[in-house]
Amino acid sequence: MASTAPIAPLPTLPKKHYLNDGTTVASWLLTRDHKRIALLYLVAVTVFFVIGGLFAVLVRLELATPAGDLLSDDSYNKVFTMHGVMMVFFFLIPAIPGTLGNFLIPIMIGAKDLAFPKLNLASWYIFMIGATFGTYSVLNGGLDTGWTFYTPFSTVASTSAVVPAALGVFINGFSSILTGLNFIVTIHRMRAPGMTWFRLPLFVWSHYATSLIMVLGTPVLAITVVLVAAERIFSFGIFDANRGGDPVLFQHLFWFYSHPAVYIMVLPAMGVMSELVAASCRKPVFGYTFVAFASLAIAIIGFFVWGHHMFVAGQSVYAALIFSILSFLVAVPSAVKVFNWTATMYKGAVSWQTPTLYAIGFIGLFTIGGLTGLFLSSVGLDIHLTDTYFIVAHFHYIMVGGTIMGYLGGIHFWWPKMTGRMYNELLAKISAALIFFGFNLTFFPQFVVGYLGMPRRYHAYPPEFQMLNVLSSAGASILAVGYALPLSYLIYSLKYGKVAGNNPWGAVGLEWTTTSPPPTANFEETPLVTWDAYEYPARVEGHVA
Amino acid sequence: MSENHQHTHIVPLSVYYTIFAALLVGTALTVWVAYIDLGALNTVVALAIACTKATLVVLYFMHVKYASKLTWAVVSGSVFWLLILLALTFNDYLTRHLLTYG
Repeated sequence: MASTAPIAPLPTLPKKHYLNDGTTVASWLLTRDHKRIALLYLVAVTVFFVIGGLFAVLVRLELATPAGDLLSDDSYNKVFTMHGVMMVFFFLIPAIPGTLGNFLIPIMIGAKDLAFPKLNLASWYIFMIGATFGTYSVLNGGLDTGWTFYTPFSTVASTSAVVPAALGVFINGFSSILTGLNFIVTIHRMRAPGMTWFRLPLFVWSHYATSLIMVLGTPVLAITVVLVAAERIFSFGIFDANRGGDPVLFQHLFWFYSHPAVYIMVLPAMGVMSELVAASCRKPVFGYTFVAFASLAIAIIGFFVWGHHMFVAGQSVYAALIFSILSFLVAVPSAVKVFNWTATMYKGAVSWQTPTLYAIGFIGLFTIGGLTGLFLSSVGLDIHLTDTYFIVAHFHYIMVGGTIMGYLGGIHFWWPKMTGRMYNELLAKISAALIFFGFNLTFFPQFVVGYLGMPRRYHAYPPEFQMLNVLSSAGASILAVGYALPLSYLIYSLKYGKVAGNNPWGAVGLEWTTTSPPPTANFEETPLVTWDAYEYPARVEGHVA
Repeated sequence: MSENHQHTHIVPLSVYYTIFAALLVGTALTVWVAYIDLGALNTVVALAIACTKATLVVLYFMHVKYASKLTWAVVSGSVFWLLILLALTFNDYLTRHLLTYG
């Protein structure tokens, strides 16, 4: 049979695409093309990920020995704070919406661009201005309040650069709000003919839910950090108990945004997951409607649970009980998603490509992160575990094991679409494995050491915790190699990678029907959608792999 | 939805001037009432005036009064989210005297 089959021609890059439509610096910095803006975000968030990562290196180096020998206590406070600020505000929150969301949402719904292209570019500039303030605070003495800016320390005690950092977070908030607004309007108004709500890819649903949180929650954070700055400068007395204020009020306002912000970080990764699982198993996502509504449920219920960050902050026992019950509730839609992904994989023809490895890694790590979240929702247990390394391990399983695994999985999945070229699959698989093992070695011991009572945010610790901390630091070094590898082979692939073709994975979805890289207007002509999302394997077109 | 053929409602300038005057009166009222000690009602009165002013701004200056049902849904949703913030925060403050840890 093989001897008679015609040899398929090797795929070639299209002559005209968004990457060669203008080659000057101005054509990039003044672009209104959502795909180019996505790449601007990609470069920016990668820089902030590296900066945040370098602070993490310092933390793990310091904790390799029980004595506080590398960094003074003050310097250590600044290092873990800047790690948190850089990673949360300037990497995790914008990473997937800014890059993959920006690139894919218009293409996935069959539109030429986002609803407001200029506003989209403005979001990137606003993000960069906010990040400049954040970086300025790093260079100008650093910030030592923790990424949470807790009062009264941040308002009356800290001598570090609180105001520029708060300003950076405030400005960055506008970028987030505008991106969310742009996505909401785009998804409502720009869908191609026939692209009904229930034909949307789940990636779009999850970004819709994320955008709702961005628009509804971010203003509260923005005004709260402004109040912190104002209290520092003008001694307002909103959070200062000496002036009739209440420091716990800050925590209410801060976590009203910052807990839903966890979902801003993880919901887009869940959207990526749905695409990866379906494509790698050649099956429609099990229970599409449930997964779609689970995104909305997470976005809505996520706003009712913030008090679980404050079980030991002096809030009333009754409030704690309510927040505890509600926190258990938010686990339900997350679990729905995990069960549905695994049900999708059941009896699927799983292809072991790099994105699949990230998808499977995500399911495992996110499940551990989610289940340990239930430990922390139980008030009694949380009182023991608050401010220990158990918390650090828990949220890293969500943020790194969930969001970054989703982000990297998505980057590997859509890289051929974004650039038209494939990366080295072997190196990519090795790096995915290194990240998975490195991650677990870094953070699993932290559950144990936290349960045993090691508090977070100290540069020294009792010697009996050293072995677990050495394991953690060793894991971090493996993780660092795992993260450095993609940076090198992805950049290498830009010039030397094999030409990918329009649909290297044999995936369905409008983005795979256009060229790789897509033309500036995304499609030669506006698509007419007459099929549901994930019609595997029936609708696989142009599969060249 | 019917936004596609939505027509712009032209508001006479006199409406804007009237609302502006009402806002100025509200501000003057806030300052005046601040000098009178109403006890527990101090905050309530100040907030009531502020909320009335905010409602006027939203309805007239932001044109919500003349907007589509979708806009009303967005505004109602936003107010509902504010109520979540207030309700669950007061769920803490108003029950602290009953029982608090430690």
